[in-house]
Amino acid sequence: MKAPALEFHRPDTVEAAVAILAESDGAARILAGGQSLVPMLNLRVAFAETLVDIGAIRELAAIEDAGDHIRLGARVSHARIEDGEADGHCSGMLRHVARNIAYRAVRNRGTLGGSLAHADPAADWPVAMIALGADVEISGSNGNRKLPVEEFMLDVFTTVLQEDEMLTGICIPKVSPDLRWSFNKMRKKAGAFGEAIAAAVHDPESGVCRVVAGSSAIGGPQRFAMLETALHDGDVDDDAIQDALTQTIGPLDRYEMQIHTVCLRRAIEEVRT
Amino acid sequence: MTTLSLTVNGRQVSTEIDPRLNLADFLRDRLSLKGTHLGCEHGACGACTVLMDGMPIRSCITMAASCEGVEITTVEGYDDDPLMARLREAFREEHALQCGYCTPGMLATAHDIVSRLDRPDEDEIRAELAGCVCRCTGYRGIVRAIERCIAEKSA
Repeated sequence: MKAPALEFHRPDTVEAAVAILAESDGAARILAGGQSLVPMLNLRVAFAETLVDIGAIRELAAIEDAGDHIRLGARVSHARIEDGEADGHCSGMLRHVARNIAYRAVRNRGTLGGSLAHADPAADWPVAMIALGADVEISGSNGNRKLPVEEFMLDVFTTVLQEDEMLTGICIPKVSPDLRWSFNKMRKKAGAFGEAIAAAVHDPESGVCRVVAGSSAIGGPQRFAMLETALHDGDVDDDAIQDALTQTIGPLDRYEMQIHTVCLRRAIEEVRT
Repeated sequence: MTTLSLTVNGRQVSTEIDPRLNLADFLRDRLSLKGTHLGCEHGACGACTVLMDGMPIRSCITMAASCEGVEITTVEGYDDDPLMARLREAFREEHALQCGYCTPGMLATAHDIVSRLDRPDEDEIRAELAGCVCRCTGYRGIVRAIERCIAEKSA
């Protein structure tokens, strides 16, 4: 199938893009790499009267060292991260996550900001960015704001972005070289979306400890405070993981419970050993 | 309508397009480059893979209007590329195609595997090929053709 008729804009500044969004009264969508949005437009499960292509906005492709954090422009591709352009941070975790997203041809076009703003519950970056304590930068008609990725996603395919706002950058705090991380994904085939994803991060220097899981079955990324405390104290077993899943998400069927438990267990074991 | 200027197989193209047009349809229907094949039209099968500025991309889920200023190379434009010439030979030698529908996408992907990766083993090659579906060969010949070119590269 093909996308329905639409208007197309390709502004070269964030201000111009925001102005188009503001004028379109909710009928416009930002187009970054389009690797999720375009197939969804083709299949007529997503709708846009106007596309605002951000591919000509140069500042959104920048990667910069900003002191206590690294800042990635919203349209930095998965492939650039896979190739190590954001390396030297997070002990290779960014590279690992990027390398395991879809296929190289998709990673050449798909972007970090697009993945977060699209808010697919089975996407990898939301889980990874919450585990790393990243923030998103947002620009809109009424100025700029910044908030944690954890607060950015509200629900399945739903974020805090208003009709006249766009995601412009992602700020990932620097971590100590001793950071231990794990990113686990269960999927039936290389390149497929994960059926269960779990990430764990433990920084012995700062004491930071985060445990996050994500998938369509659990409705998107979730942090597990109980498991973080348990990981910090050094005692996590399958019963504790299943309790945490049930309390945080609610009942899961046996298969979903099994794959999420195993995924979380592996993530936690990997940061402990 | 929206304007579009890009380079396709070394030729400068400037034209007006319907903004909903995807790159694959632009190549096939506007430029008559029928070597770019459409399979699934949602990015899963890899048949439509072409090179954009030398990197493989899915032309079915790339809006043509997003391609302003880029350089696209399709299967019709590989004549001056020595690695692509060698890959084509290797595909023939190893029986890496039967009906040929996936081959344009396989060649673009194989070119990327051989040129970007240092010495990928069979598992890595198969993982890299996971985004390209072939319903004839069972992949064995395709993997062998790529392995041949990698072995020659480091010989």
